[in-house]
Amino acid sequence: MGNQRTAIAGEPVVRISTLAPRQKFPGALARNAPAYLFLLPWFIGFFGLTLGPALVSLFLSFTDYNLLQPPHLVGLDNYARIATGDDKFISSMKVTLFYVICSVPLKLVFALAVALLLNRGIKGLPVYRAIFYLPSLLGSSVAIAVLWRQLFDSDGVVNTILWQFGIEGPSWISNPNYSLYTLIVLAIWQFGSPMIIFLAGLRQIPIDMYEAASLDGASKTRIFFKITLPLLTPVIFFNAVVQTIDAFKAFTPAYVISSGTGGPIDSTLFYTLYLYQEGFGYFRMGYAAALAWILVIIIAVFTAFSFLSARYWVHYDE
Amino acid sequence: MATNVSLQKVVKRYGEHEVIRGIDLEIDPGEFAVFVGPSGCGKSTLLRMIAGLELISGGSLFLDGERMNEVPAARRGIAMVFQSYALYPHMTVYKNLAFGLETAGMKKSEIARRVEHAAEILQISQLLNRRPKALSGGQRQRVAIGRAIVREPKIFLFDEPLSNLDAELRVQMRVEISKLHQNLGNTMIYVTHDQVEAMTMADKIVVLNSGRIEQVGAPLDLYNKPVNKFVAGFIGSPKMNFIEGELARSNDGMTSVHLNGQTISLPRPIGAAKAGDRVTFGARPEHITVGEHGTTIGDTRVDLVEHLGGQTILYASMKGGQSLTVALDGQQPVRAGETLTVSIDPQRCHLFGPDGNAL
Repeated sequence: MGNQRTAIAGEPVVRISTLAPRQKFPGALARNAPAYLFLLPWFIGFFGLTLGPALVSLFLSFTDYNLLQPPHLVGLDNYARIATGDDKFISSMKVTLFYVICSVPLKLVFALAVALLLNRGIKGLPVYRAIFYLPSLLGSSVAIAVLWRQLFDSDGVVNTILWQFGIEGPSWISNPNYSLYTLIVLAIWQFGSPMIIFLAGLRQIPIDMYEAASLDGASKTRIFFKITLPLLTPVIFFNAVVQTIDAFKAFTPAYVISSGTGGPIDSTLFYTLYLYQEGFGYFRMGYAAALAWILVIIIAVFTAFSFLSARYWVHYDE
Repeated sequence: MATNVSLQKVVKRYGEHEVIRGIDLEIDPGEFAVFVGPSGCGKSTLLRMIAGLELISGGSLFLDGERMNEVPAARRGIAMVFQSYALYPHMTVYKNLAFGLETAGMKKSEIARRVEHAAEILQISQLLNRRPKALSGGQRQRVAIGRAIVREPKIFLFDEPLSNLDAELRVQMRVEISKLHQNLGNTMIYVTHDQVEAMTMADKIVVLNSGRIEQVGAPLDLYNKPVNKFVAGFIGSPKMNFIEGELARSNDGMTSVHLNGQTISLPRPIGAAKAGDRVTFGARPEHITVGEHGTTIGDTRVDLVEHLGGQTILYASMKGGQSLTVALDGQQPVRAGETLTVSIDPQRCHLFGPDGNAL
């Protein structure tokens, strides 16, 4: 069996598939079998590694499970405990919210500023782009978090430089007043990814718009606030949503810098770190799963709110 | 308020590459000048140099006698309509029109007066609260023109403003821009690659090719007396026919040309050219007739016929494979494959020398 070619006068040649499996399976499935075959890796990945574990974690969130004994159902107990009697839930959520609120806007402003500089037609742009993007590639790695420790430790590079100017710097990481800020600086330093997207967005703005504005006598500041920024709002929106979700999920820097404790005095206890401690420190997998689902809900609510607000401030061209 | 535009030896270079090569041009106050030429001829670059959007590498630009080379675009008293319209998508039509005036710090009441006046002229008053995405191509074009009008500039510049419109709308907008010019009386410079637009709108056409001016003149001057083969081929639609020939003799104001195996006589002297010189004979498709009415130039075989209603266009081949386009008035019962005898009116023919210049 194979392919058969038929031609009608004046019509293009039509290839009709007469594959053998068509005899065994229902028509549509047989016809699309090659497509499903190509999709198989994605199906395995999605169902086996994403949806499956997500549903299992949802189930576990209604159980008491310590990995050694089979989970047993406890209904909404985990959620009730989180809502009523878990101080660490509140404090870790506060730390995370503070981190999100500070790091995301600052990172976006920094990324946009660098993108604007790079968008001025400078020579060697691809090299600069790669250099600025590098921290984003390395930023979430353990190595960078370790490097950050070296920079901000009491006898680290930052304090050594400050000392040259006669300033005795604090121990940034071990002082609860400053430790979270070092993580925020680390987050801002990873501005490469939104910067690349901003740069692409800036290049999408037609040069005619700027020329029309310059003929009108608009200053660079007016052009930036009246033309560039509004036309960039779809990109700002995208970056804001993605970076906020990423910030809510931030884990590695806090884990490495605080050696997994979230200290000093829970000042770097991110929500995900607390979740990790509950699951893999105390083996309260059911409780950790409930914490994870609450984070999912918080991110979903934030994202929904973002999309609702977008209609008032995001300008789509067409 | 009409302004004189004067270009003296204007040059534009990108590195070593010269795209505008010493342009000398005078545009009188209130004139509608059209820059026309093929893609890459430098017409848009020249317009942008006048606007102040491109630096002038050499020569001088004067507006009303004042040198403008170093004057920023915003201070030249110029408004420009872009091919892409360049409307700000996040602003309403009103805001788009008002942007330049707000930038200039004008009073709100004056802004409102000017915007409403421009909207009235362009019949877009009902669109003032809409965003550009809610407008059709023609409406967007009107807003773009309105943005220029509200500034009450000395000179209007148009950079292929009708390129993105469909054929019907182009004709309509063409008429409206011409009317606008009549009403406002400003100096307008219009760039197009469409010679029909140039012929129908211009007081003065500037034909550009490879960064140089080929000819400047009134539309019918360019049509009737093209100075070279390039202008002759560019102005007029369908394009002028060119047939290679050889000069036979010239005396007493008469010139004979060997053409396609026969000799035809033209009632004109040809200056310095001499017998035996290679020449190009030019005849516009609309000046060729079927039958033996004037000077017969031979038999042609019709390859293709286009019936346009008001005109019948024949694409034919002469002996030796020379192609010939013939535009006949009205609806002619001609079919592909027929052989026809074609004639020309010697008074309306053109001769070009080996260098392409008219003889």
